[in-house]
Amino acid sequence: MLTVRNLHAGIDGNEILRGIDLEVNAGEVHAIMGPNGSGKSTLAGVLAGRPEYQVSAGEVTYEGKNLLDLAPEERAREGLFLAFQYPVEIPGVSNTYFLKAALNAIRKHRGEEELDAMEFLALMKKKMGLVEMDQDLLNRPVNEGFSGGEKKRNEIFQMAVLDPKLAVLDETDSGLDIDALRIVAAGVNKLRRPENAVILVTHYQRLLNYIIPDFVHVLIDGRIAKSGGKELALALEERGYDWIKEQGLPVGA
Amino acid sequence: MEDQQYRGSYIAGFELFEKSLNGESASPLHAVRREAIARFASVGFPTVRHEEWRFTNVAPIARTAFAPVLRYDGAGVTRQVLNRVGSADGDPFMVVFVNGFWSEEFSRSAGLPAGVRIESLASALARRDEVVLSRLGSLVAAGENGFTALNTAFLREGAVITVEDRVILERPIQVVFLSRPSAEPHASYPRVLVTAGRESRLSLIETYASVSEGVYFDDAVTEVVLGEGAVVEHDRLQIESTQAFHIATMAVRQERGSNFSSNAVSLGGAIARNTVTAVLAGEGCECTLNGLTLAAGTQLIDNHTVIDHAAPHCTSHELYKSILDGKSRGVFNGKIFVRAGAQKTDAKQTNKTILLSADATINTKPQLEIFADDVKCTHGATVGQLNEEQLFYLRARGIGEEEARDMLTFAFAADVVSRIHAAPFRDQLDRLLRARLQAGRIATES
Ligand SMILES: Nc1ncnc2c1ncn2[C@@H]1O[C@H](COP(=O)(O)OP(=O)(O)O)[C@@H](O)[C@H]1O
Ligand SMILES: [Mg+2]
Repeated sequence: MLTVRNLHAGIDGNEILRGIDLEVNAGEVHAIMGPNGSGKSTLAGVLAGRPEYQVSAGEVTYEGKNLLDLAPEERAREGLFLAFQYPVEIPGVSNTYFLKAALNAIRKHRGEEELDAMEFLALMKKKMGLVEMDQDLLNRPVNEGFSGGEKKRNEIFQMAVLDPKLAVLDETDSGLDIDALRIVAAGVNKLRRPENAVILVTHYQRLLNYIIPDFVHVLIDGRIAKSGGKELALALEERGYDWIKEQGLPVGA
Repeated sequence: MEDQQYRGSYIAGFELFEKSLNGESASPLHAVRREAIARFASVGFPTVRHEEWRFTNVAPIARTAFAPVLRYDGAGVTRQVLNRVGSADGDPFMVVFVNGFWSEEFSRSAGLPAGVRIESLASALARRDEVVLSRLGSLVAAGENGFTALNTAFLREGAVITVEDRVILERPIQVVFLSRPSAEPHASYPRVLVTAGRESRLSLIETYASVSEGVYFDDAVTEVVLGEGAVVEHDRLQIESTQAFHIATMAVRQERGSNFSSNAVSLGGAIARNTVTAVLAGEGCECTLNGLTLAAGTQLIDNHTVIDHAAPHCTSHELYKSILDGKSRGVFNGKIFVRAGAQKTDAKQTNKTILLSADATINTKPQLEIFADDVKCTHGATVGQLNEEQLFYLRARGIGEEEARDMLTFAFAADVVSRIHAAPFRDQLDRLLRARLQAGRIATES
């Protein structure tokens, strides 16, 4: 589904990603862990098409297409979803209005009928239960005045409504209490189907108790320093990141 | 036209106007008109050397000869035209003027409750109504500048709205000044006089619009007097032709405990200037002035406000927002006076602008003159572009860039639109503004 080869990217001439290789197949869940500032959000941002990053080398193929050629909205319409680490507040744009516009843009791209107000409302109702969102939050402007946890839940709610093929979650678990964490995990597990894939960027192994990853990658200084199975997350929890740094980078990196 | 020449053309116009008045030129009011035209002949239009007009060069108005309109002609005006400019069919009592003349055919005030009067200024003048005569010009001096002088010189028609003490009018009154441009550019001089009695309540909508694109000149004066405890909700839409000139002066006087709140939307005009002055004359008044400007092309839209805190314990709020595209220019000048003795004044002024193009400009200036010590006055101005983070968020959900820009631009405007008092008018404006935001740009026609 997604192939990243030797990806180098940065901002204003500062290289942040320094040669990333990653292969994600349909049906898989990949966890990306790493210390603060190692480039996790940059990777997520480059995948979603955040305009401030420049890619200086490498390639990214998504569903057979050159992902880097696509505008952010085209990536989303092709089924890529980024749950933001810091969701943005948009005063004056209601959540429902925004999400209906988004869903219909995606449906139109897929050649499906746009949903009318009634159909959309029915869909919202169904998905709201899933993430335990209040109707009240949906009528409010996008994320405006939401608590940290509400913002994260809203990301998962949007993901549930838009039903992406590849979801990239950037520290959606950070700052959540156990209840919220459970809700987020349920949302992700719902998406876990043979035709979909998930990239979970996380700082803590806590989330991985609820969502069992197929692969765990450790990102250090813009490179994947180590990859393994779910047991790697436990080792990181116990020993931190320093032992990986001391091991040095894998040959060829 | 050369300086003296344009003045001459207004004087010649005045002579034609005078003849069309027939016997009325013997009235005491006519002496006021004559004095006003003499005043205009001596001062002319303000220039950029006048502090209040520094950023708004009205020389283009002097370059065209605008003839006064001498009689009513409703040709070309239809219900559809009125609907297009945001006059909801049905709800409000409506007074329609065409090129400055009261239109009997489009106005309707059936069902107006006792204690509320809507009268044509011409008929009030014909009756020599003493109250109207004494209030006319009580807030806007003819000698204020060349524009108010001209409006007074050509005083003939307008709307007189009177709500008696303790009368509460539920349905809004909408006053529509429609212009119908023709090959020969005309000037009209709209005039509105509103008196809201003690503890009365009124919702007023003013609309300035055109039947079609064309060059003309609207020089308007509105005076609003609020008695003690009166509440006046005011919504205003200026959607003149983008080739037209619109100069409007509104003055408000508030007695103790009254509340005036205004939302003014400005979309039209090659040059459009709104001067709003509110005098908070009694204790415990509240005054809210909100404004929204959308401009594109080479439009110049200027909002000058003055809030005069002349009594203690008054509150004022101002929120002026502009969205400027193309080579358009915006001006905001917000003066707040706090007079000696106006303690516990609470005044807040905010001006926010979004520039959609690199060539659009805004001149914004707060002017606070405070002569009391126990007051709270704040002001703030921001100028910027659409927020890139918000734009990316919308796009990352599949919304196209242009649609995302329109959503954010509309959201910026919605802040003011949502405050519009009269619900059907608010909905109409909502649609009208959405239609004007197209593919990340401002369309000047919709
Ligand atoms: N928009 C940006 N502007 C400047 N520096 C940035 C920007 N985004 C990321 N960086 C820098 O790149 C490095 C990696 O950041 P980030 O990808 O956010 O790390 P992580 O998500 O792993 O904590 C940090 O040193 C950060 O300061
Ligand atoms: Mg991060």
